[in-house]
Parts: sequence; structure tokens; C-alpha cells
Amino acid sequence: MPAALDAIAAVKGRWAGVTDRASLDHPAVNVPASDLVAVLRSLKEEHGFDMLVDVSGVDWSVRANPRFTVVYHVFSTVGHDYVRVAADCADAGAPEVPSATGLWPGADWHERETYDMFGIRFTGHPDLRRILMWDEYPHFPLRKDFPLAGIETTLPDAEVVAETKTGAIAAPMMGGPFVASPGEINLTEAEPRAKDESWTERRPKPGA
Amino acid sequence: MVSANTELTYNSKIEGDVIVSRADSVINWIRSNSMWPMPMGLACCAIELMATAASRFDIARFGAEVMRFSPKQSDVMIVAGTVTYKMSSALRRIYDQMAEPKWVIAMGACASTGGMYRSYAVLQGVDRIVPVDVYVSGCPPRPEALLDALIKLQEKVKREPSAGKLFSA
Ligand code: SF4
Repeated sequence: MPAALDAIAAVKGRWAGVTDRASLDHPAVNVPASDLVAVLRSLKEEHGFDMLVDVSGVDWSVRANPRFTVVYHVFSTVGHDYVRVAADCADAGAPEVPSATGLWPGADWHERETYDMFGIRFTGHPDLRRILMWDEYPHFPLRKDFPLAGIETTLPDAEVVAETKTGAIAAPMMGGPFVASPGEINLTEAEPRAKDESWTERRPKPGA
Repeated sequence: MVSANTELTYNSKIEGDVIVSRADSVINWIRSNSMWPMPMGLACCAIELMATAASRFDIARFGAEVMRFSPKQSDVMIVAGTVTYKMSSALRRIYDQMAEPKWVIAMGACASTGGMYRSYAVLQGVDRIVPVDVYVSGCPPRPEALLDALIKLQEKVKREPSAGKLFSA
């Protein structure tokens, strides 16, 4: 039996809240947020999953409950196998899970990015600041209720704003998003282009 | 008395080491042939900027090989790459620190318009935050295109009323 299935059987036996999670590739488990750090520690220290590959989040939809899920991928450098660990955030209004920085220092920036994009707080994180957007940015761009075009916002540097009178603007894609035409043999025709040119930056989208 | 001088052109034996010209053309000749770039290499276009500076394309032929990493020493800011909103304030501050006279080349689709990054995080054209003199199309532009932009900028500088600006202010 591969190391991943062994490890999953062991953590399921030990924590009653751990359940199997549908997965097309690597074995995966759902873990309650309260057991998350303990399960990750067990995977790391008892089952050889010593490398944290990735921490990321999912926003299922504005109406979904639970709305946010945090996903971890851990890798065993001994058994050469992955396990995916997912934890739902109970409160959709103020989503939070415990931080894994105590286990892997490398979780630090992954968690900051997940916080930056989804607004999921990692309790116990030593320095939970935004990492991609500037500190004062008021939105969480990968949430489902954030429009693809972005939202008008002021820039962080007040002097530059006063000098240039500019800010972050909503940038809708005219006729976009741009998609390729599948099955088209003529590559000039097939390349990604706007499908709907009935509206522009100055002429609003009909019916929007 | 009518001078016996039949010299039609400049002759240093007669006039000494003196050349008569217009202040504008001398100043512009000096400025346009020693444009020191401020390389704002922010994304993939910066690789082409490096290629432009390297031996095959050799931007030194046009007197612009001295990439200065201090804004105080540079004349032309070459914005080569994607400018995020987070970076845009820093870019404007670097521009402000450059000494007059100063010029800006927006290199590539991203610097000119935001390019393919029609997004919440990317400045939709660097001309929203600094005045741009020459735009270069391409993603990325070929080094020849950047050299062409530099030549265009030199032509623009040669037309400027530099002396008037210098002594009126
Ligand atoms: S224009 Fe193209 S090559 Fe240049 S920075 Fe943008 S994406 Fe990169």
C-alpha cells in the first residue's frame, strides 16, 4: 500500500472528524479546522510527509456554506507521495484556520498570500500581512464577489496620488474574456480574441 | 577696405579653434548622444532591454549604454515591463528623483497600456503616472524596436528649444 493511503488510514483512525475527500489524483482528506494542526503534525512527524508544497484557498460561492476551504498539499520526500488536506472555515463572514507556520516555516508566505487573496485569517501566524497587494488595499481579489475587472481604489502613496490624480481603476475586458476558438484550423482565426464587441470602455455593456 | 579673404568655409588657420553654431543645436547634440537610461526592468521586456544593451544590438552605438541604477544620474527612463499598482508609486518617485531634462520610453504592451493584464492589479499604461515620450509596441518588442524608439527620442530631443528653456527658467 502506498505511503499516502497508510497515512490517511492512520489519521482517520485517530481523529474521528477526518473524512475521505473526493479526489481525481492524490489521496485527500477533509479535516475539521480544530484538528488541522494536529493532523498536519502527525503527517509530518509520523508518516514522513515532511514537505509542505502548497497552501491555497477556495471560495465556493457567496451563498455556499461553508464558503471557504483552505487546501494544503504535503509531499513525502521518503515515500514520494502527495496527500491533500482540506479544512473548511466555519464562519463565512470571518473565515479563519490555525496557522501551519509552527510546523513548516515555509507556510508563512503561502498563508499570507491566501490571506491576501481570500481574506482567510491564519490564527497564530507571526506576521499576517498582505503579500501581493499593498497593505491598505481594501478588497480580497479572488473572492467570488470581487468583479473580474477590479474595483476602483486609491493608491497607497498620497503624494503620488495628489501629483498624478490617478488610482487603481476598474478595467473591464471589452468583449472578453478572450478565448481561443477550438477546432479552428486557421491559426489566425483560432487565436484568442474578443467574442463580443458590442461594448467598449466608453459604451457600457448592453443590459449590464 | 575689401578683405582679400576668399575662404568660403571654416578654416581653423584663420579663425582659430572657434566654431559658430546655435546654442540649441550644440546642447541638443550633446544631450541626444549621451542619453543615460534608467532601466526600469519590471518584467519579461527587461530581458529584451538587456539584449539591446549586449553586443549583438549594442545600444552603445547610440550613446545610451550607460545604464544607471541611480535616478540622479539618468536621463531617460526605459519602463520595460508590467507596472503593478503597488510598484507604480515607486516608479513615480524614481521619476521624480531624476534630474531635468528627463524623458520616458514605455517599452512593450504592458508599459504602454497594461497589455494583456487587464486586471485589478496592473496599472493600465504607465502614462497614467508619468509623461511618456515614446511608446514601443510589441510583447516583447524586438531590440531593434527599442533602438528605433531611442532614435525617435533623439530626433525629438534635437527639436527641443533647449537653450531657451535653460536660460529663461
Ligand atoms: S509587454 Fe509582453 S514581454 Fe513585455 S512585460 Fe508585458 S508581457 Fe512581458
